[in-house]
Amino acid sequence: MDVSLGTLVGQAGTFLVLVLVTMKYVWPPLTQAMEERRRKIAEGLAQSEEAEQALDKANAEADEIIREARRKAGEIIEQASQRGNQLVEQAKEEAIAERDRQVQAAEAEIRQATNQAREALRERVAELAIAGAGRVIESEIDDKRHREMLDKLAAEL
Amino acid sequence: MSFAVAAAGSSPTEYVSHHLEHLKVGEGLWTFHVDTLFFSIVLGALMLLVMMMAARRATSGVPGKLQNFVEVLVDFVDNSVKESFHGPREFVAPLAMTIFVWVLLWNIMDLIPVDYLPLLASKMGLDYLRVVPSADVNAPFALSLSVLVLILVYSVKGKGFAGFGKEMLFHPFGKNPLLWPANILLNIVELVAKPVSLALRLFGNLYAAELIFILIAMLPWWIQFIPGGAWAVFHILVVPLQAFIFMTLTIVYLSLAYEEH
Repeated sequence: MDVSLGTLVGQAGTFLVLVLVTMKYVWPPLTQAMEERRRKIAEGLAQSEEAEQALDKANAEADEIIREARRKAGEIIEQASQRGNQLVEQAKEEAIAERDRQVQAAEAEIRQATNQAREALRERVAELAIAGAGRVIESEIDDKRHREMLDKLAAEL
Repeated sequence: MSFAVAAAGSSPTEYVSHHLEHLKVGEGLWTFHVDTLFFSIVLGALMLLVMMMAARRATSGVPGKLQNFVEVLVDFVDNSVKESFHGPREFVAPLAMTIFVWVLLWNIMDLIPVDYLPLLASKMGLDYLRVVPSADVNAPFALSLSVLVLILVYSVKGKGFAGFGKEMLFHPFGKNPLLWPANILLNIVELVAKPVSLALRLFGNLYAAELIFILIAMLPWWIQFIPGGAWAVFHILVVPLQAFIFMTLTIVYLSLAYEEH
């Protein structure tokens, strides 16, 4: 088979037209559509990935918040029990102090009352002694003996 | 094999008839068109290779360029099948995909300049070569007869032997036994018309396309790009359209066979 160069070049011209038209009008919209599709898929996947990450993050945050809340609750309970203990302790101390004070006051009162009573008694004893002495003196004066004693006293002056 | 010369100086008749001669092996009924077999098998293998590569590398993430292309193709075919075939698609959709891509590749061979591959072949000692399988009536018929077998299979699958037999006997005229011969005759004509029209439509289009390219190749070389370019650009439309029609009609025929009507 023998084909002239002209035929081959002519057919190449035909093919060139086909290639040019394909290049200009057929290929770009096709590749663009496919690229668009690819981009959409990529975007969709990226978005779902992002959403997943956001969910993970939100979950982690929620966990963190819950942990923090637990910790705070623990702290508050601890503080409250400490404060309660403190209050009980304080109340106890106050009670003891109050008791001591009252006891002292009572003791002081008792002492005073005792003293007063003793004072009153002392006065009464003196009176009774004097009265008794008066009576003794009335009945037992012996002129002679007392004269002698009085004389002696007078002698000592 | 005779040795024909289609030179610049040889007559147009010789040039054209040389171009319409197949590379043959064997005789009579057992003549093999080696060129048609070779190109259809090579193109089929190419298709399988590319598809398998895309399938093996497929990810559920962002698709690569090849995967994206194949996905577009699969979506397109699957939607076409979904629209007209309302049965299980696990066989019909891959079948439609195979038909579409294979026929498309056959048809694309038509866009290669008509003398290039034959010239290359003649340098290798092959006198004749036709590179467009769909412009050889045997290839479209092989495909459409396979479709006919599938039509019969799907008729039985969809309606059962009894249902299919009833349809052959009772439709379209009625159940009266006197009408049975007429019904059968009409149904057989209808059944045979399907693969024949399917094959001849594809063959006719691509044969005509090839012939026009050959005729254009006989014009003076400096003017060829005008009619040739126009014809080639027109075939950007025809090539996928014929592949699409072959696929769609196959689906429609299978759907008609499968469904009760």
